[in-house]
Amino acid sequence: MIAEAGLAALWLAAALSLLQLGLGAGTLLPGTGRMSAAVRAVAVVQAALIGLSFLALIQLFLRTDLSVTLVAANSHSLKPWLYKFAGAWGNHEGSMLLWVTVLALAGAAVALFERRLPERMLIATLAAQAAIGLGFYAFLLFSSNPFERLSPAQVEGNGLNPLLQDPGLAFHPPTLYFGYVGVSIAFSFAVGALVTRDVGAAFARAMRPWVLAAWIFLTLGITAGSYWAYYELGWGGWWFWDPVENASLMPWLATTALLHSVTVLATRDGLRAWTVMLAVVAFSMSMVGTFLVRSGILTSVHAFAVDPERGTFILVLLAFYIGGALTLFGLRVGTVKEGARFEPVSREGALVLNNLLLSAVLGIVLVGTLYPLIVEAATGGKLSVGPPYFNTAAGPIALALVAAMAAGPLLKWRRDRLRAAAGRIALPILGAALALLILVLFVPGLRLLPLLGLVLALGVGAASVAPLWKRNLRRTPLFVWGMVVAHLGIAVALAGMASESAFTREKLVAARVGDTVAVGPWLVRFDSVDPVAGPNWTAVEAKLSARRGSGAPFILQPQARMFSTPPTETSEAAIATRLDGQLYSVIGKPDGSGRWQLRLWWKPFVTLIWLGGALVALGGLLALVGRVRRERRHDPVEAWA
Amino acid sequence: MKAKNQRLVLLVLAVAAVLGAVLLAMSALKDQAAYFYAPGDVAREGVPLGRAVRIGGMVEAGSLRRAPDGVTIEFRVRDETEERIRVRFRGIVPDLFKENSGVVAEGRFQPGGLFVADAILAKHDENYMPPQLDPKTGEHKSESLE
Repeated sequence: MIAEAGLAALWLAAALSLLQLGLGAGTLLPGTGRMSAAVRAVAVVQAALIGLSFLALIQLFLRTDLSVTLVAANSHSLKPWLYKFAGAWGNHEGSMLLWVTVLALAGAAVALFERRLPERMLIATLAAQAAIGLGFYAFLLFSSNPFERLSPAQVEGNGLNPLLQDPGLAFHPPTLYFGYVGVSIAFSFAVGALVTRDVGAAFARAMRPWVLAAWIFLTLGITAGSYWAYYELGWGGWWFWDPVENASLMPWLATTALLHSVTVLATRDGLRAWTVMLAVVAFSMSMVGTFLVRSGILTSVHAFAVDPERGTFILVLLAFYIGGALTLFGLRVGTVKEGARFEPVSREGALVLNNLLLSAVLGIVLVGTLYPLIVEAATGGKLSVGPPYFNTAAGPIALALVAAMAAGPLLKWRRDRLRAAAGRIALPILGAALALLILVLFVPGLRLLPLLGLVLALGVGAASVAPLWKRNLRRTPLFVWGMVVAHLGIAVALAGMASESAFTREKLVAARVGDTVAVGPWLVRFDSVDPVAGPNWTAVEAKLSARRGSGAPFILQPQARMFSTPPTETSEAAIATRLDGQLYSVIGKPDGSGRWQLRLWWKPFVTLIWLGGALVALGGLLALVGRVRRERRHDPVEAWA
Repeated sequence: MKAKNQRLVLLVLAVAAVLGAVLLAMSALKDQAAYFYAPGDVAREGVPLGRAVRIGGMVEAGSLRRAPDGVTIEFRVRDETEERIRVRFRGIVPDLFKENSGVVAEGRFQPGGLFVADAILAKHDENYMPPQLDPKTGEHKSESLE
């Protein structure tokens, strides 16, 4: 019954989204009555229904109802509770259901809380949101029904991919989806503004909190995904330039650019057409990401099923929405009035530079991600594009971007004098130069990119707190704090990346029990190796005792796990976190003569990467709270300090 | 600057930035994209020295050797032709890697024809499938020391 109820709720929600689109479009036509209250109500009810449908799916997974195809194919009665719950979206259909659920929830949030937007623009926005939803409802109902029954019911489920059996599954996909789909709100706002021909500062102020919220979730999702890959895969890397990772990075890059251009539009009423364009691009990147991950065109842990029909369906949706939005943009861009002009040396100028560089990085990542697919489609040739390409092509531009980030916040709005600006940035530059000198003199053999990274991280870290200089800290607006914290987070993450890349020590050996291995400052003794068992796996577990200098030793227990359903082996790394880095250990295969392969890394300050990511998200949150509070207090007036 | 001019300048800058990025991307792609070779391709097209490439095929039965250090292996990759590629890898191989089973390796050819792999991807599918058809199906990755 639960499955049928879930399916019925799904159908009803789809019907309501059609109604939302129709009512919204009808309201916009001249001569029709105002039905905006109805549109808002429909958006809320639609979200409630799809929410119920999603809860039904979760309930089916919790009960392991094996008469439902999806549950039988992806779950198992012996799985721990958390993975039954999170397993609801650890598969293609469930994750698409989560996608539309988040989409509808975001639409309902706009309908409930958005009061600043002109009524017509709000209705157009909700109609655009419904139009997006409709496509994905169709996708679910016609090609990915999560509630399909299985007759006869299976006796036991096939289990969940062991790589996904991790607490990360409960957190990473929903967070990323909130980000992906949150971007759709920015897109719908842009469509609404184009339809009602009202692109201006008020539109930007209304859109900004939604962009910020989506961006916070994207940042958190990427950071969490990176750490998950780092500890779960056992390869010791934190970013692989895997197409699926790029699929989440591209919307982030576009949204970051949008976040900065929307500020120019809100504060100075400049960059009107560009901001609307960026909103379209950002959502297009979300769609491309969804396509890459969900179509099964890529083989990875994220591609749950390879089904050409689904791939084609998403590709058609992708072409339809992006093409439609670009057409609308092309038709209406002529009516977008020229915004305010500005001087090159000004905050606006710096933000334009930020946007150009972010777009360049986005272009490089996009080309590298799609190139293998295009080559394969065109010539049938197989090739892969990996870290060498992305690091050489995107690395230098990203560093330039970070350098620009140091200077931008120190410039004044409207017009600044180059000499005065140079005075403000002098101290951080001096600090960076000093760091460069020290590193070159005392740390021999440092490669160019990590060297630049460390130096820049220091300079940018100093420059990013400079806007607080000589301010009364207690009276500094929260959104200025947000900017400072987010920029500091970038510097912190950069320091972690550079340090990891420059100072990591690695050891790969075949060791006997009793052997001691040195890696970096650590001495690691191989104490024993034993069989252990968990609820749905068995494993061999090594016991390693690690010590540094005269410190007390501690135990690391890396495992090689064998899962029974489906039969898969995974490697569970054991990681010890210290203030100055992480010791990472993996156990490999026995060599047949009593030796075991052991792989050890000492990664100084690697944790700064994720700490930085968390700081960036925290900065976004501060800015969001600051903006919303300020708008509550004194409504239309706004000044950026 | 006149309003129209500023818009134009911005547009030109934006187009230049994206075009520049794409050109940079294309040139980097020419150098850095890793093409796929089966043993037969290597014999026909010659060995690309010093470039990152992928090779693939089946691990030839009886060809797997373990070095005394316990972490380096050597094996031969075969396909439906008479040609073979000798591969050396230092690292922990994926669980599905064994003789008579599919493999894809990333790395570089050395002078003399030895392929030094940085990473081994073993295929889930244990039935032989010519790599040209489906070299990437169900890969499992394992990275090596630099």
